[in-house]
Amino acid sequence: MKLVIAIIQPHKLEDVKAELYKADINLITVSEVLGHGRQMGVTEVYRGVKETGNLLRKVRLEIGVNDTFLQPTIDAIIKGARSSEVGDGKIFVLDMKECIRISSGEKGPVAIG
Amino acid sequence: MKKIWLLLSLLGFFTLAPLAMLIADETPVPQGIVPAAVTAVVQVPVVPAAPKIDSGDTAWILTSSALVMLMTLPGLALFYGGLVRRKNVLSILMQCSVAIGVISVQWVLFGYSLAFHPGTGFWGGFQWMGLHGVGLEPYADYSATIPHQLFMIFQAMFAVITPALIIGAFAERMKFSAFVLFILLWATFVYDPIAHWVWGMGGWLRGMGTLDFAGGTVVHINAGIAAIVTALFIGRRKGYGQTVPPHNLPFTVIGAGLLWFGWFGFNSGSALAANGLAVSAFVVTNTAAAAAGVVWAFIEWFHNGKPTTLGFATGAVAGLVAITPASGFVDVMGALAIGAGVSVFCFIMVAMVKPKFGYDDSLDAFGVHGIGGIWGALATGLFATKAVNAAGADGLFYGNPMQFIIQLKAVAVTVVYSAVATLIIYKLVDVLVGVRIEEKDELKGLDLTEHREAGYTVLE
Repeated sequence: MKLVIAIIQPHKLEDVKAELYKADINLITVSEVLGHGRQMGVTEVYRGVKETGNLLRKVRLEIGVNDTFLQPTIDAIIKGARSSEVGDGKIFVLDMKECIRISSGEKGPVAIG
Repeated sequence: MKKIWLLLSLLGFFTLAPLAMLIADETPVPQGIVPAAVTAVVQVPVVPAAPKIDSGDTAWILTSSALVMLMTLPGLALFYGGLVRRKNVLSILMQCSVAIGVISVQWVLFGYSLAFHPGTGFWGGFQWMGLHGVGLEPYADYSATIPHQLFMIFQAMFAVITPALIIGAFAERMKFSAFVLFILLWATFVYDPIAHWVWGMGGWLRGMGTLDFAGGTVVHINAGIAAIVTALFIGRRKGYGQTVPPHNLPFTVIGAGLLWFGWFGFNSGSALAANGLAVSAFVVTNTAAAAAGVVWAFIEWFHNGKPTTLGFATGAVAGLVAITPASGFVDVMGALAIGAGVSVFCFIMVAMVKPKFGYDDSLDAFGVHGIGGIWGALATGLFATKAVNAAGADGLFYGNPMQFIIQLKAVAVTVVYSAVATLIIYKLVDVLVGVRIEEKDELKGLDLTEHREAGYTVLE
């Protein structure tokens, strides 16, 4: 079992969701986060005062998957989120120790899908 | 470089205009002339005696002017601002703010003169530029009991909100520089002439006997048609077709409430006096808005299973749009019919026709103001009665089918002129500065890319 964490552009969320659904991956958690990579954020101006290095809005996806679904998940995220420019984001893959479905108490791979 | 060019030309425009005013030749201002045919709107029965300022009338029109100002900012600004995605909320608030800024200045410099100086049937002329000759004495042809400048500033608020209404069509994707240039040209070459035709002394639609109490043709049809033209030519928003959900419906409901509140000044103030006609306009305005809101919500309930807050708010605004031309001519039963009817027509337009054709009239400026305005103007020709306003006319249901034909003509003229002139101005602005924002900026949002600000923070 793996946990996929992806940081993507907010406006790519709909595309990524569409690609995930196509790959039969329907269980995702989405949160709004701030951050920046190499492009070092944005400059905003308030009453003439510049504020540099403001963090950019990003969207963070968390998806728990069984091993067979790992590659399709990664492919779907890349397909939906890539514009080939700086700022497209990152995908992190972590080993997942356990997964428990709260409603039934089921554990392991069967609890993921 | 294009931006600098734009700024310089705007600056030049505003500084040279008063100069030209000094050169413009003066003609004697006709005072206290009784109009030959008392057919149109912006007039109360004129007493032949020397015009005298009435303190009650003046107080009410001062109040009404402030109420109509409130409709643009924050009424319309919040109504529209809540409907866009949050990366664009400031761009909407800014466009509404700047509409007040630019058009207020344009209006006192030359807009009022173009629209309301007696002039010819088509154009007011330049004699009142810089408010030259527009003083504190009444100008009896328009309003015999309030200072001329008060009539001017009341009308200024109408001139401000009309271009602001069009924002709903091109929201979230127009360059700010293009917006400023567009509304300035549009106010000068579309709004001012049409206002003159319908309301100005000698205006040719006014001479025809068109009934438009508070601006159904001049404001709503005009802005609605400009909206569909700009929406078609600027193209759909990036990501339209997927969902574009409103980011803050409470804003939209607050905005709708402020619009409703301000509309009492818009319609009731158009009586230009604190009298019985103003009260009648107030009552029918509230009635139509209420009926339209309820009917819209019920249509949704029936059609989609649930009534929505956005539906009620949209219906109420549509009702206010529709009653605008009729508000000085119809009784309360007419208002109910107009309010109920508008929600049916606008709902069909917004929920069925728009998705079918796939054009992106983002906030339904055409669907609500265009369609609602056309229904209101035509319905005035159906439900108008002299029992409400002796200076008005009877409509079709009161035995005068000709009035409906006259209304139809006025609608057709407004639609055609507004569409053609808007298209020309749009193309001109596109050549000069480019109308549409770059794709990467559109994706980031106009707040950040056009204004270097963010409407909301996430942390703190």
